[in-house]
Amino acid sequence: MVTAAEIRQYLQEVSDPEIPVLTIIDLGVVQQIYLQDQTWIVELTPTYSGCPAMQQIEVDLLAKLKEKGIPNAQVKHILSPAWTTDWISEEGRQKLRLYGIAPPVNEPDKTALFSEPPRVACPKCNSQNTRMVSLFGSTACKAHYQCNACQEPFDYFKCLK
Amino acid sequence: MQETALFEYVLRLSDDSLILAQRLGEWCGHGPILEEDIALTNISLDLIGQAISLYDFAAELEGKGRNHDQLAYLRYENEYKNVLLVEQPNGDFAMTLLRQFFFDAFRLPLYEALMQSPVAQLAAIAAKSVKETRYHLKHSSEWVIRMGDGTEESHERAQAAIDHLWRYTSELFYEDTHDHTLQAAGQVPTMAAIQTKWNATVTSILQEATLEIPKNNWKFDGGREGRHSEHMGYLLSDLQYMQRAYPNMEW
Repeated sequence: MVTAAEIRQYLQEVSDPEIPVLTIIDLGVVQQIYLQDQTWIVELTPTYSGCPAMQQIEVDLLAKLKEKGIPNAQVKHILSPAWTTDWISEEGRQKLRLYGIAPPVNEPDKTALFSEPPRVACPKCNSQNTRMVSLFGSTACKAHYQCNACQEPFDYFKCLK
Repeated sequence: MQETALFEYVLRLSDDSLILAQRLGEWCGHGPILEEDIALTNISLDLIGQAISLYDFAAELEGKGRNHDQLAYLRYENEYKNVLLVEQPNGDFAMTLLRQFFFDAFRLPLYEALMQSPVAQLAAIAAKSVKETRYHLKHSSEWVIRMGDGTEESHERAQAAIDHLWRYTSELFYEDTHDHTLQAAGQVPTMAAIQTKWNATVTSILQEATLEIPKNNWKFDGGREGRHSEHMGYLLSDLQYMQRAYPNMEW
């Protein structure tokens, strides 16, 4: 009989469709995994309410478990507690950086208007001399930055708390 | 009775989100600069996501087996309970951003209050959505200030947008027996509490932006009761086209 820990291990092989270097475990969207009436339930929490990747993640996750001999698993979408970028693992943050996406940094009060955007290191040259181009980037979870030192334009994974 | 009230309440929240998202989506490919094209559609996407969660919850409360698509796409105009503000046409960039600002300044304190609701699912949706809404309000506030305190033309356009939209803002705080039922049960905040916070935000941002609050207190409402402006029918014909042409279609 398979265990919840083993299932979690299998899910290390399911990647985020938008950021394929990250697994859904790295991303921190998998919550409780438990057996209910002979069916494995995997709880998923969305990053952003409208994230279109969630449906694909569900499909990929169920396909992976089927491949591992668990054909009748189910995904349960939960909203609470709400996902935060703090749940991205240390390994996940390292993978993001290597992939060219700056991982989230602790941001000051987001409600402050015209506040200094967070200091984000360039994922290519590691310079702190970068600037925010737009608060909204290629996906809901990212902002658009550019490095002033090496000119590299890059995505920054916004801090969500 | 309480369930009917809660269903109506959640439906109003969902409809506000969906209809504003549809308007913002019209900017896709038409933004004044690429960054804003992306920003407005990102915000639209957040609102659609929030609408899905809210419609799912409304459908569950209703208990008639409808799903979120049926609620979003297969109702008639008088069954939509969104405020008139969100269905108003995009106009120019100033009109769109002022409409957004008035809405965000309302939604943020509302979500913050609903996070404390004993209705668990409503509190969960609010806690999820509040984080996104903070970004939206920051974005719209900064633009209002930039336009108001910008060039002569941007100032004029921003003031014209305020003068036009002001008549739709008081409806944000509409209340009827459904609200009163839920308020008595301690499930939702009073609109007076939300309005106090809205006034504070709007006053301080418009002052910073050197823009003026209109003296004219002419007010429009009706959306919460399903009586909409002439623009709503055109919007719905776009929004509902696919479901009407291909019933029950899914992506």
